[in-house]
Amino acid sequence: MGEFLLLMVSAILVNNILLLRFLGNCPFLGVSRKMDTATGMGLAVIFVMTLAGMITWLVYRYLLVPLSLEYLRTIAFILVIATLVQFVEMVIQKAAPPLYEALGIYLPLITTNCAVLGVAIINVDERYDLITAIFFSFASACGFALALVLMAGLRERFALVAIPKAFEGTAIGLVTAGLIALAFSGFAGLV
Amino acid sequence: MLTGMIAIGGIGLVASILLGIASKVFYVQVDPVVQAVTEALPGANCGACGFAGCSSCAKAIAKGKASPDACLAGGAEAAVAVAQILGVEIEVREPDTARVGCWYPPEEADVRFVYDGVRDCRAAMLLFSGSKLCPIGCMGLGTCVSVCPFDAITIGERGLPEVNKNLCTGCGTCVATCPKAIIQLTSQTRRSQHLYRVDECTAPCQRTCPAGIDIPGYISHIKEGDYRAAITLIKETNPLPLTCGRVCPHPCEEQCRLGRVSDPVNINHLKRFAADYEMGSGVRITPYVAPHTGKKVAIIGGGPAGLTCAYFLARYGHAPTIFEAMPQLGGMLRYGIPEYRLPKAILDWEIEGIIGMGVEVKTGVSLGADLTIGSLQEEGFDAVFLGTGAWDSRGLGVAGEELEGVLPGTRFLIDRGLGKETPVGEKVAIIGGGNTALDAARTCWRLGAKEVTVIYRRSRKEMPANDIEIEEAEKEGVIFHYLAAPTKLMGENGRLTQLEYIVMELGEPDESGRRRPVPKPGTETVIPVDNVIAAIGQFPVTGFLKDNGVALSRWNTIEVVDEKTGATNLEGVFAGGDAVSGASIAVEAIGAGRRAARSINLYLRGEEVSVPDEAIGKDTDLLDPEEIVRVPESARARMPELTVDDRRLSFKEVELGLTEEMARGEAERCLRCGLLCYRREGR
Repeated sequence: MGEFLLLMVSAILVNNILLLRFLGNCPFLGVSRKMDTATGMGLAVIFVMTLAGMITWLVYRYLLVPLSLEYLRTIAFILVIATLVQFVEMVIQKAAPPLYEALGIYLPLITTNCAVLGVAIINVDERYDLITAIFFSFASACGFALALVLMAGLRERFALVAIPKAFEGTAIGLVTAGLIALAFSGFAGLV
Repeated sequence: MLTGMIAIGGIGLVASILLGIASKVFYVQVDPVVQAVTEALPGANCGACGFAGCSSCAKAIAKGKASPDACLAGGAEAAVAVAQILGVEIEVREPDTARVGCWYPPEEADVRFVYDGVRDCRAAMLLFSGSKLCPIGCMGLGTCVSVCPFDAITIGERGLPEVNKNLCTGCGTCVATCPKAIIQLTSQTRRSQHLYRVDECTAPCQRTCPAGIDIPGYISHIKEGDYRAAITLIKETNPLPLTCGRVCPHPCEEQCRLGRVSDPVNINHLKRFAADYEMGSGVRITPYVAPHTGKKVAIIGGGPAGLTCAYFLARYGHAPTIFEAMPQLGGMLRYGIPEYRLPKAILDWEIEGIIGMGVEVKTGVSLGADLTIGSLQEEGFDAVFLGTGAWDSRGLGVAGEELEGVLPGTRFLIDRGLGKETPVGEKVAIIGGGNTALDAARTCWRLGAKEVTVIYRRSRKEMPANDIEIEEAEKEGVIFHYLAAPTKLMGENGRLTQLEYIVMELGEPDESGRRRPVPKPGTETVIPVDNVIAAIGQFPVTGFLKDNGVALSRWNTIEVVDEKTGATNLEGVFAGGDAVSGASIAVEAIGAGRRAARSINLYLRGEEVSVPDEAIGKDTDLLDPEEIVRVPESARARMPELTVDDRRLSFKEVELGLTEEMARGEAERCLRCGLLCYRREGR
């Protein structure tokens, strides 16, 4: 149990996928302007990343390793993740229309999200077992959502302050992202 | 290498087979029309249409909730493609534009906070909940300017946003952004369906007006000399300005803030001025008429409520037909109000304009005798409006009422309206204190009666008739017996000769809040009379309504589910005017007609017939300044009138109308009020 707790702290704080591994920066800057889109995206990522972590682990362990095709994992994972996202989109559109309405527009964005691919590859590199892999994927996704929501909260507050002209928009966004990353790196050594 | 290719190919194959199966198994039926429309849209998801993305816009278009040219990004090309899919032709659409609903910028209103560094209205709203004492006014930080995707908004010289109508596409981004809801998407049609809300800056006159006319708006057009704009604005909510400008008892003027320091603005006569200008110019204002919807609506009763309802339904593209029991349209405006107050020629011109909007008229047909609500529905009418008015009158309930020479007040005026001879004797007594009583009195005087007496059981202060009517009647020599009630009518050979009345005293207030008159015994007085006209109230005739299954209230009027919608207990049947409210003033009926037209339009479009919670009702409390300061006294324009000598034996219109100079001067007096703000001296 303690091991899982450490893994969780590590994935969310110490090795935050967004702020310290710098994966998935596109949605980090793209959908963090408003709190509600940020939470929507965060939830969609948690959902997909957990599923993708599981499926890719299975594909790697039971398909690529037996055929000694480990070097093809990147392309195989991209294929699997893309298919998975499409598949999930179809299923929830049919089965849970309200959920589809809520997550729908964010799902296609995740198809090509490097954070999802990154987590799948980390799972393999770190030689996690299935349960750990699923748990790690979930925790990483939570870290992603946390960073996104933090960023959105900050960006909403930009409206309150006088920002020099040159810093307006993406510039201040990037500076802020950098500062949050710096702050998060303070967690290093926690685990 | 080969294994690799096979493996990846295999994964791809499995994935595509899986997706293929899934797309069959989890197939969600999408309306082919929606699908086609979605494909015709550019797919930019820009949100300029006001919907969340192209697919919801496509859904709205397919359902008919948005127009085929709703997509602004796609422009004409997309509109034509969408129209082809829907099988309709693009007609000229009434464009929506954003309109700013605040007249006083922070510099001129009561500023409470100064925001250091806050540059966004929404943020300021969150932090300080407003910039001014007024919770609604513009905060002036210009967030609307920065969000407008078409650069159509600028902050003008006075510090308020200004919308460039040529650039505005009506996308609504500013509306969604403004935290004070002072920017609204608007068009003539939208405004004509608008009910004032509590979170909207309105002047006291404007929200008091039962028809909801934008009074400060039209007065400022008159001030600028743009009389056609003024009348266009009036007609957005009131299609009978010629009539109202003459007969309205103007409850708005009671609320005029200028009235607290000097005489109120002569609002109603300014309206008449603008309306007369339109008639005098001979060029009718033709408002935008929506494309035909093919829906038919039966309007029962061609009075102010019915005419108004028909006018607005025609504007919304429906096909109204008015069924009128009397030989001509106008209801009580024609048959109750005498010529000298509202000349028939003027009423005719006004009604002609309404009919010209595409209203069908059938006169001499009455509900109950010739048709029923059921028969109308069978004939293909999709909705019915009941505006049957209050045509019944009540007897005096005293002995001798059967004598020749005793006339009910409404009957007397109706007969005159029908052009019948209504000779009266030398001495006429009118019983009652309402406008009908005074209309009857002044009519008798014009018909040659030498001595016209109005007998009213309370004092002048309680008299429901308009002050101006009482003053004019006094000028014309009508005698008033206040605090008196008839007790007996006496005659010889079946012909009325004498009336006995008793003096009354005012006792405790009754349920209407007026003090109840109590007779003083032993004060009976007999006066000689040739005619007695009883004008003690008008009541709706409701027997035929009951037969049709319309629910009635305990006051024997039509029971409506909600006064603001006019919906009755029957599906698709709406009501308004005197038949619902009991005998009241014309402008109330006009307001009810417009609200009913709004409800019917919603009903015919298959939308929920409701009013927003924030809509102002009769008893809504709104902010008001405690005192009016720094407003100088000014003299009100007096309406020029015929001399009393010229009025005798003539039914010429008494009020002559303001001159242009007078109207411009009067319009200058308006304080252009908002909720709390008004034009003050010495800023």
